Amino acid sequence: MKRGFPILAMVTGLLLSLALYEALIAAPTEKTMGDVQRIFYYHVPSAWTAFLLFLINFVASVVYLIRRDSKSDIVALVSAEVGVVFCTVVLITGPIWARPVWGIWWTWDLRLTLTLVLWLIYVSYLILRRFSTSSQTPLLAAVLAIFGALDVPLVYFSIWFFRTQHPSPVIGGGGSLDPRMAHVLLLNWVAFLSLAWLVCSTRYRLEVAQREVDEAEAVESLLEGSR
Amino acid sequence: MSFLAITRATLGKDIRLEWRSKDAINAMLFFSLLVVVIFSFAFDPTAEDSRRIAGGLVWVAFLFAAIVALNQTWAREVRNQVLDAYRVSPAPANPLFLAKAIGNFLFVSVLEALMTPLFIAFYKLRALGPGWELLPIAVLGTWALVVNGTFFAAISLRTRSREIMLPALLFPLSIPALLGMVNATTAVLTGEGVLRFWIALLVAYDVVFTTACLLLFRTVLEAE
Repeated sequence: MKRGFPILAMVTGLLLSLALYEALIAAPTEKTMGDVQRIFYYHVPSAWTAFLLFLINFVASVVYLIRRDSKSDIVALVSAEVGVVFCTVVLITGPIWARPVWGIWWTWDLRLTLTLVLWLIYVSYLILRRFSTSSQTPLLAAVLAIFGALDVPLVYFSIWFFRTQHPSPVIGGGGSLDPRMAHVLLLNWVAFLSLAWLVCSTRYRLEVAQREVDEAEAVESLLEGSR
Repeated sequence: MSFLAITRATLGKDIRLEWRSKDAINAMLFFSLLVVVIFSFAFDPTAEDSRRIAGGLVWVAFLFAAIVALNQTWAREVRNQVLDAYRVSPAPANPLFLAKAIGNFLFVSVLEALMTPLFIAFYKLRALGPGWELLPIAVLGTWALVVNGTFFAAISLRTRSREIMLPALLFPLSIPALLGMVNATTAVLTGEGVLRFWIALLVAYDVVFTTACLLLFRTVLEAE
């Protein structure tokens, strides 16, 4: 994995620049929204990446509860951290896009609310990991991740019903997507996935190293104490 | 001892302790009284407005007050190493959890029974829908708060600044339950809206999370 880093970093850099060019210059301008719509190529791939990472977090948490190995715990930690970052990008780019198009910064629409609630759940997950004094933090975190995953369908249905009772603003999209736009969107997603993979694998190595250091320090202080 | 016997013993002990000290219930009562008074200064609602917002106010007050009781749930057991003893004993974990959850349910229910008349008086409430339906909503909603609250109080025991950790863990997960309670209550008070969906949602929430808590509590109890 160590040797793979420069290659992966180069591929990610190339993909991201190509995706940037495609999104800002090559993609056709949207008829009604104009250039603002180009934020779409960052907003949507970030959302997909974040949801994928949250899914990975859930799977890794279940695996951890079954196997109790530190590997799946680190995968869960890393995917939650990077997922929260991508989710934050979604929540920031969303209002920037919504303001000129819908005329409002925020609306309590299904997808927005669900994303916000997911973000809240995973931030609380990270807070638990940070504040825990337990020697079995991974276990408590895995339990919380499973509760979070169970909550998602309930949040979905409650907001879906809550919103259908109220007038909602016109949501962009819904119609068919121009094939050229779809192409640029997919390219951006691939670039974002590559970036996510790069960040996650680096963070994974960092966490492994950190745990080795912690362990070595613990052993050292034990040895010193016994002297 | 059987499952029921352990549940009954733990629950009986908690109720006796609460009956003699009245720590949790007094703190909750005063706290929610403050919330009611502050809300009524903050909003100054007319009867028509208050009918629409009261569902939200009531449940937010109960939610915050419940945190007081939930935070105390395990603190006493930690102080006297009861949890360590429980871990060592051959008794299964779930009766302990159930007893604690039922105990909290009773404390919060007493709070609700005492506070509701005050709410009605302060906000001049009169239900336009069938008022008796508030009872199942209260039962389902309270259980929804309390079951996860008891569980996460056990998790937040193992954190720094645990009083803050409990709401930080509990509130994001409770959003669907809160939506359910508030909208069901508002539907009864205003006589419009679809009550049945929200009750179904609360039932689903209660079933899903009660099951999850019972399946995972042993893991949490045994974690150091």
